[in-house]
Amino acid sequence: MSVTGEKLQPTLFERGRPGRGGGKIPHPPKDALDRLPADARRETPPALPEMNEPDVVRHYVNLSQLNHAVDTGFYPLGSCTMKFNPKLNEWAARLPGFAELHPMAPDEVAQGTLQLLWELEAALAEISGMRAVSLQPAAGAQGEFTGILMIRAYHQARGESERTEVLVPDSSHGTNPATASMAGFTTITIPSADDGGVDVDAFEAALGPRTAAVMITNPSTLGLFERRIGDLLGRVHEAGALAYMDGANLNAILGRFKPGQAGFDVMHFNVHKTFSTPHGGGGPGAGPVGVGERLLPYLPTPRVLRLDDGTFRLERPDERTTSIGRLRSFAGNTGVLVRAYAYIRAHGAAGLCEVSEDAVLAANYLKSRLAGTFDLPYDRPCKHEFVASAASLKARTGVRTLDVAKRLIDYGFHPPTIYFPLIVDEGMLIEPTETESVETLDAFADALVEIAAEAERDPDMVKTAPHTAPVKRLDEATAARQPNLRWRPMAGAEMPCPD
Amino acid sequence: MPYGPHTPADRERMLTALGLESVDDLFADIPADLRATALDLPPPEPELELSARLRDMAGRNRTDLVSFLGAGVYRHWTPPAVDQLLLRGEWYTAYTPYQPEVSQGTLQSIYEYESLVGELVDMDVVSASHYDGATATAEAALMTCRATRRDRVLVSRGVHPHYRQTLRTYMGRGLELDEIPLVAEGDAAGTIDLAALERMLAETDRPVAGVIAANPDFLGLLEPMPRIAELTHAAGALFVAVVEPVSLAVLAPPGSYGADIAAGEGQPLGIAPQYGGPYLGILASTDALVRQIPGRLVGLTTDLDGKRAFVMTLRAREQDIRRDKAASNICTNQALLALAASIYLATIGPHGLRDVAATGAVRAAELEGALADIGVERVHPGPFLNEFAVRVPDARTIHRRLIERGFLAGLVLADAEPDDPTLADGLLLAATELTTPGDIARFVAAMHEVLSGRPPVGVETGAGAEEAAGAVGVSR
Repeated sequence: MSVTGEKLQPTLFERGRPGRGGGKIPHPPKDALDRLPADARRETPPALPEMNEPDVVRHYVNLSQLNHAVDTGFYPLGSCTMKFNPKLNEWAARLPGFAELHPMAPDEVAQGTLQLLWELEAALAEISGMRAVSLQPAAGAQGEFTGILMIRAYHQARGESERTEVLVPDSSHGTNPATASMAGFTTITIPSADDGGVDVDAFEAALGPRTAAVMITNPSTLGLFERRIGDLLGRVHEAGALAYMDGANLNAILGRFKPGQAGFDVMHFNVHKTFSTPHGGGGPGAGPVGVGERLLPYLPTPRVLRLDDGTFRLERPDERTTSIGRLRSFAGNTGVLVRAYAYIRAHGAAGLCEVSEDAVLAANYLKSRLAGTFDLPYDRPCKHEFVASAASLKARTGVRTLDVAKRLIDYGFHPPTIYFPLIVDEGMLIEPTETESVETLDAFADALVEIAAEAERDPDMVKTAPHTAPVKRLDEATAARQPNLRWRPMAGAEMPCPD
Repeated sequence: MPYGPHTPADRERMLTALGLESVDDLFADIPADLRATALDLPPPEPELELSARLRDMAGRNRTDLVSFLGAGVYRHWTPPAVDQLLLRGEWYTAYTPYQPEVSQGTLQSIYEYESLVGELVDMDVVSASHYDGATATAEAALMTCRATRRDRVLVSRGVHPHYRQTLRTYMGRGLELDEIPLVAEGDAAGTIDLAALERMLAETDRPVAGVIAANPDFLGLLEPMPRIAELTHAAGALFVAVVEPVSLAVLAPPGSYGADIAAGEGQPLGIAPQYGGPYLGILASTDALVRQIPGRLVGLTTDLDGKRAFVMTLRAREQDIRRDKAASNICTNQALLALAASIYLATIGPHGLRDVAATGAVRAAELEGALADIGVERVHPGPFLNEFAVRVPDARTIHRRLIERGFLAGLVLADAEPDDPTLADGLLLAATELTTPGDIARFVAAMHEVLSGRPPVGVETGAGAEEAAGAVGVSR
């Protein structure tokens, strides 16, 4: 096992040398900790690497260059909405007034942030057609959890605790069934209809006195708007159940469809998708939740309140006894919410409508460019993303979607989401977003068309891609069979020298 | 649209290729009766005006106060290298490293994070991050239930109240959560009541899955962690230690006293307070619990050429693979904050981290001594690291009047723990390496004046007292 190749880096632990670093913090007196009981103290200091700052900087700059990112190239990762992250928003979140504010500072000290949060709640309520919004959930999945807990509280308050089932379509995000389980519900999976939409009759058959909620992603994870949504929502409510909307794809329908107006009872927003807060290599996000009339009493605490004199305050603990309680510490991922607020302000009503229009136009254009080369299982206009399939290509050449995805890396593109949703054979979910130019869309389509031709000509070359990435395909089986999850500093042993 | 690339000609070209007249045609599948009413939002705001608006809003927060507020979130000096590296687009505009060939940077950084935090907590497995300390603790509680197939968890009242409230929310599906009281008086006041814990663990008809205790606890006190671990294990339960990572440079780590799980808030490792997040939920466990730990894990492996490489692994615990059987629903985590913590630790180093922890302890001791000199006494007698509670008459009023004088006098404990009469007059005060001796002198002088109506005698404050008394904006 060698550490070679363009930018591959030794670990911090291999780079460190005893005696390097320092110059950051003044040394306290030697007896600084003498007042602590000996048995409370650490016997052996943690074996953290000792490094000088130039080495640390070089390490992280070189490592960063091993990443594909929105700032380096096209990232058509379906369902993830990898759009441009405005730089103004990074600046704003770092303003000392926002960044240095302590989360337990009294309300009188926090008026700027509280006003921002209150205005953001109002904007999200307007965008979603919901009555009220809580900004507390830290991510979309926690927003789902919040929503499902409110639904549980609603049924319990009505004496309907026997409602223990949550219905989800088979095309849903994995977080939906995982959330239902975490909240103590049983998940019932409903197959999709042939046109990719919800099968209303299958839902009808599963709906009953045990149904607590139905979780729907609209547009769906296939990028399709649920045309039968009105019918479905009617039947859900007739059955005494509530309707949860997974707002992961809200970026496709801004100004066109307000879930609350249409009859959804609760939804979450992925601000790192629709409102462009950076994905950060996996997080942070924020997952605000909007509710209609039925769930209003159960919103998590604390809410942001506006007083008659125009000032703002956080709700006090136990001020609203119907609340499902607290989902996390403090008010929320406020630094993320500052960015979302700036994004909504910069766009305004007109700009947000245009976001969805351009995202949908780009997806349809890109889809049209792939017709004839890849299978397009759903022959109708998509929203912000679409599923293509390499099933025919695989039948002819043995080249799978995974291979096509890996070969895209050699063309300088991040692969799309592959093998999701699970219901499409050899599927790839492609989401171009509204911030990519026609030139980029064309170049990506050209690359996919060329890769399909390569698969016919030289399938082995495609199957062994990528050829230009810092590493080849990885041995994932060994990683899982013999997990090595933590570097063990080799005390006394010679470490491989990086340079 | 401010960030879009499309000219009218581009849009026209795409529409023509699709054989469409208008983009509206692409939304024709939204039923007419369900179409949205017009968005009632302000018009687009150019960046110039928006930046002024944001600066103005930020300016209405009072971050000029000299702060002694901790309560789970601590101000520390962060080397500028941390944020400068974090601002590289290759880090913050990437997503979850699903495609390892073009994500080795993020993957290696997560592996290094797991390793660095593994050193701090002295445990085998560290998840790639959770939302914050409270949710990491809640996930730890659920882990203990899964691993032991029991459904009752005990949490010390010395654990942060927000964490206890979050636990209650997460366990509401029928799991039992009982609070272990704190000792009310005497030398051990404010720490976990070991006799009560023993009694609760002895209720054999209600077997306990896990016991959760914090060190330092919410009141800043050091807890008898080895003894709690011993009692917990004797009852067949798992021990969850809630820890503060900077303190682990000098305090015994969870691995050393046999904790099965460590959870905590990673914010002190180079992350700004920013009114609640994004922070960093630390969650670590022993090897025995590796298949119960929720969240992403990155492991070391090789590529087909035998080159060392990193990859997400043991994915069968996760929601996108296992759906309703997953260990948790977590998907998006706090990866960028884990990166911040790693860069902070790498830059400041093991000696720097010890200096941070020890300097905070020194300043806190100075603060305690100076307050004692003016008659402001601690609520609890036990040892503390860098945070402690004091008793003042009418804490809420004193706190407000000190804000007028430019000081944030910690936390009014009655607001955070309204049910605990022993804390009714309490203020929780913290010091870190950012607390200067001058801050302490001026704060104590202002406290004295607020309490007595006159400046202190014998406390060296010089002009500082008057300056502090008159100044709303005491600058640092």
